[in-house]
Amino acid sequence: MSNHANRTGKAGGLYARRPDIFPRAVDGFYRRLKWAVMAATLAVYYVTPWIRWDRGPYAPNQAVLVDLANRRFYFFAIEIWPHEFYYVAGLLVMAGIGLFLLTATVGRAWCGYACPQTVWTDLFLHIERMIDGDRNAQMRLRNAPLSVTKVAKRVSKHSAWLAVGVLTGGAWIFYFADAPTLLRAFVTGTAAPVAYSTVALLTATTYVFGGWMREQVCIYMCPWPRIQSAMLDERSLIVTYKDWRGEPRSHGIKRTEGVPTGDCIDCNACVQVCPTGIDIRNGPQLACITCALCIDACDDMMARIGRPRGLIDYATFEDCEEERKGAPPVPIRRTILRSRTFLYFGGWAAIGIAMAIMLGARTRLDLSVGQERNPLYVQLSDGSVRNAYTVKVRNMETRPRPVRISIEGLPGALVWDSLSEESTAAQSLTLTVAPDQVERRRLYVRAPRTGPQPADFRFRVTALDPQGGGDDDAARFDRPETLR
Amino acid sequence: MSEQDKKQIDAATGVEVNAHEWDGIQELNTPLPRWWLWSFYACIVFALGYVVVYPAIPFRHSASAGTLGWTSRGELKKELASAEIARAATVKALADTPIEAIDPKSPLMRAAVEGGKAAFKVNCVQCHGSGAAGSKGYPNLNDDDWLWGGNLKEIHATLEHGIRQPGDDATRISQMPAFGRDQLLTAAQIQDVVSYVRLVSRQDPATASAQQGAKLFADNCAVCHGTDAKGNRTLGAPNLTDPIWLYGGDRASLTATVTNARAGVMPAWGQRLDPVTVKMLAAYVHSLGGGE
Ligand code: SF4
Ligand code: SF4
Repeated sequence: MSNHANRTGKAGGLYARRPDIFPRAVDGFYRRLKWAVMAATLAVYYVTPWIRWDRGPYAPNQAVLVDLANRRFYFFAIEIWPHEFYYVAGLLVMAGIGLFLLTATVGRAWCGYACPQTVWTDLFLHIERMIDGDRNAQMRLRNAPLSVTKVAKRVSKHSAWLAVGVLTGGAWIFYFADAPTLLRAFVTGTAAPVAYSTVALLTATTYVFGGWMREQVCIYMCPWPRIQSAMLDERSLIVTYKDWRGEPRSHGIKRTEGVPTGDCIDCNACVQVCPTGIDIRNGPQLACITCALCIDACDDMMARIGRPRGLIDYATFEDCEEERKGAPPVPIRRTILRSRTFLYFGGWAAIGIAMAIMLGARTRLDLSVGQERNPLYVQLSDGSVRNAYTVKVRNMETRPRPVRISIEGLPGALVWDSLSEESTAAQSLTLTVAPDQVERRRLYVRAPRTGPQPADFRFRVTALDPQGGGDDDAARFDRPETLR
Repeated sequence: MSEQDKKQIDAATGVEVNAHEWDGIQELNTPLPRWWLWSFYACIVFALGYVVVYPAIPFRHSASAGTLGWTSRGELKKELASAEIARAATVKALADTPIEAIDPKSPLMRAAVEGGKAAFKVNCVQCHGSGAAGSKGYPNLNDDDWLWGGNLKEIHATLEHGIRQPGDDATRISQMPAFGRDQLLTAAQIQDVVSYVRLVSRQDPATASAQQGAKLFADNCAVCHGTDAKGNRTLGAPNLTDPIWLYGGDRASLTATVTNARAGVMPAWGQRLDPVTVKMLAAYVHSLGGGE
């Protein structure tokens, strides 16, 4: 019912109404695969915030938590601090390369199976079918005059959609706070306003995108189709109609009349099940999300008329050309195992391995030193010179840690901090850093008037607990050029 | 654009062809989706509502008020008022506690230092510099050399009443004689005094001139600067033996100082700022590293 011409509306006019699409239910291998992927992705989304992870008394016990207030990201045994954000950047790069890899091998599998827009639209379509019935019933209902049943069905459909929207938005906020506490607060009306507004916003977007916009998000709003079509090559899997096998099309009656016909019986099943409302027999199209439902529909037809399956099938462009010439179908591993996918996989894995190594080797005690520059140095009355530094010690463990800060490579230097008297100046000072905290101190260093100008030295922080470890950072000591 | 052009249909897609043509290439007339149009209208409606509700139309001296009566100045006023309320407890505690009685490690002291830091940027950087490092004639507040005392109480007194500030009865006053200008010492004698000062500050070796200067110093200068030249804080007389110089320790600067005298003036901030701000300033200055 919907080829390019109807999709873009009747000739003339600047704005086209969206054609109503009533995708028919279908069963088959790919439909079941989609159910499985939907169940898995939704389960991950809804269940993850409720997984507990014991981190001791000083850190939250939620396995996956984005703690914006304290600027921490917890992911099972991994804890990410803001200055380690490159792990997140690394994950994003991996996601990008992963998408290249996936697209180069199995085409737009992301779009067809795992994209949230696809998953939730699929869920919404399913709810619609449960309430309004399948395609034909939906079309009848659309054209039926307003009646109690129609109103009741419409109200229940939209309430069900909104309920899914609330659940979706509701699950999202649990990633940002302790889930059980937040749920209690949310239900009793004591949660933060931002929690309610987030749920409201996500309810609205889920309802509008999943219920009303559907394929229009993929066609008009999403950038991936453009990028992905550029990443496909002649060896990527796409959903294809094998026109050399199907054409010319026939209806059942014609087949008996001795006219040469192809396998396509023009039953339109592939068109009716398509959630984006296109006819795959017109060739590969941007609107096709490769959900493969048309494959299921057509395979079913082929089984009924006793023809081999695969009139519409996943195939690469190259294989299609071969098959057109009469070659047998190519095994799928040839699509997956080739230099381009190896290259993508190599890049993808290299980043992953590098991040894993860095995660394993990262120090949990971190020191950074900044020199006070205004003034650069202070002449003291006993003839010595004082420099000031802002020292930050990060304790990335979830327990308090005693540490010692000392000075290396600056002869005669003594150090004290702004919280104590100058008389306490010593070669090092000790302090305790609270769990999961950055201790920020202003340190003073006093050194003799003479010496290299400027003198390079190092601050070192050493953990005084059995676990040990430490870090150091370069600093500079400035002295006056001449006496004033 | 003729009638036939308008009706042209592309054979491959069945879509109308736009009348535009460039080098034989024609464009399909692909309409925008209708919801796109409605989104556009919605934006216009929103914008109109915005113009009505918020100040938007500029007039000669002001802008339209907007039905909400919202202004950015009003917003600021509200925020300042709420900040005032949030600060009230700290301000009261500071007002009630004598500066020397505040525990140096308490949150109250930390609040005072932060407040003082802000007030310093507004009132003090003009003379003492943004890092409080001073310059010639304006003391460096980071070091441990204090003319009038460097503990919290003394810093506070200096801030409140100023130095040589007319109009404040409690201001601290001292007067260095202009030994050259008032002809109390000859030019040669002044050079001897300078030699002696450079000797006690370990800048020059002992010389005959310095020996002469020692006697002159004992007679003329020791009253204020002390027999050991280590200064006297009650008189704001600087320590001449340390390497810190307010007006320079070189021969020319010292000669100018002894000839014409020095008398720096510091405003009495108690007359201009509220007592809490003065306390906060004292706390900040004391925290700079040289406080006693
Ligand atoms: S054409 Fe087939 S694979 Fe593509 S979106 Fe439609 S049903 Fe899915
Ligand atoms: S489902 Fe298969 S047989 Fe039916 S119209 Fe589509 S391609 Fe032809």
